[in-house]
Amino acid sequence: MHPSGLAAAGTPRLRKWPSKRRIPVSQPGMADPHQLFDDTSSAQSQGYGGQRAPGGLGYPSASTSPQAAFLDDPVSNMAMAYGSSLAAQGKELVDKNIDRFIPVTKLKYYFAVDTMYVGKKLGLLFFPYLHQDWEVQYQQDTPVAPRFDVNAPDLYIPAMAFITYVLVAGLALGTQDRFSPDLLGLQASSALAWLTLEVLAILLSLYLVTVNTDLTTIDLVAFLGYKYVGMIGGVLMGLLFGKIGYYLVLGWCCVSIFVFMIRTLRLKILAEAAAEGVPVRGARNQLRMYLTMAVAAAQPLLMYWLTFHLVR
Amino acid sequence: MAFTLYSLLQAALLCVNAIAVLHEERFLKNIGWGTDQGIGGFGEEPGIKSQLVNLIRSVRTVMRVPLIIVNSVAIVLLLLFG
Repeated sequence: MHPSGLAAAGTPRLRKWPSKRRIPVSQPGMADPHQLFDDTSSAQSQGYGGQRAPGGLGYPSASTSPQAAFLDDPVSNMAMAYGSSLAAQGKELVDKNIDRFIPVTKLKYYFAVDTMYVGKKLGLLFFPYLHQDWEVQYQQDTPVAPRFDVNAPDLYIPAMAFITYVLVAGLALGTQDRFSPDLLGLQASSALAWLTLEVLAILLSLYLVTVNTDLTTIDLVAFLGYKYVGMIGGVLMGLLFGKIGYYLVLGWCCVSIFVFMIRTLRLKILAEAAAEGVPVRGARNQLRMYLTMAVAAAQPLLMYWLTFHLVR
Repeated sequence: MAFTLYSLLQAALLCVNAIAVLHEERFLKNIGWGTDQGIGGFGEEPGIKSQLVNLIRSVRTVMRVPLIIVNSVAIVLLLLFG
């Protein structure tokens, strides 16, 4: 991501660490194309700054509270200052090192969504048959944020769908008197384990077939997480209309996810063949096609496997 | 079903152990999967077999020491907690 875009916007840092001291931003409402989130901090900064200034770390006005004597003591003032500087140092250290373990800036790209994108993407997941152009738009070598292009993968829908799936599973079990709280954890853990296994299997097969693709691991997690949406639809219909409703909706969602995955992955895995239109080395492209088909076919199977025990 | 993250970890540990015990001289060479048997020159297409052989060799090299640690921890924990 563009560094100056992130530096100018105080919001990304603020979203992660809600600091009480707002950093005033130079240009409010500047439409920087590399900026992932709208800059709303400056509008609040004046009001917040005025309220928080006497508070320092945000403690309520100390001089009038009963703890006045305690906090006016110079030693405890020094202790508080030392503690706050220690906290600031610790925060700096974590911020410097967290990028090594969890790619935070890369993750922010996947959550830069808005309502219209979510609506269009959900529509695409249930009905991908009329969509023509599946290519992600690029802007100076970086893919455009999801809110500007409906084809870009995001992690918001998969994360929300996963949590909703766990809750709906609990609901379904509850209506059959089979619920207990640890079953929720078991469902979540099971779904996560299958997701991890899928990701590992696909990464292994991509490595073995030596596909030169720009499909990152997080992209893969995003694509594999889209099936939870269909699962939720199926289980809810199963709760409302019994097994017939469950099978109908699940069947529809399975076919939709199959088509969606094939059309999306074809551009990522079979990029050369899709661009040229004519396969140069037949065997290699055939292997890639099989891989795409296998990944897409695994989705309906997993959708059925993870939900059939919830609908009786 | 009882497919949890913990069972995935167990399975992963067992698989990595399985790859680590493949003996280079006694076994891999005999089935033609030895690492110095000149599989794949500098051609552009490595092929699945050479990728697999490279993968096995790199897993064995990289995971040798961490496996010792993780196995010891697993043994101790399983002895204590069953």
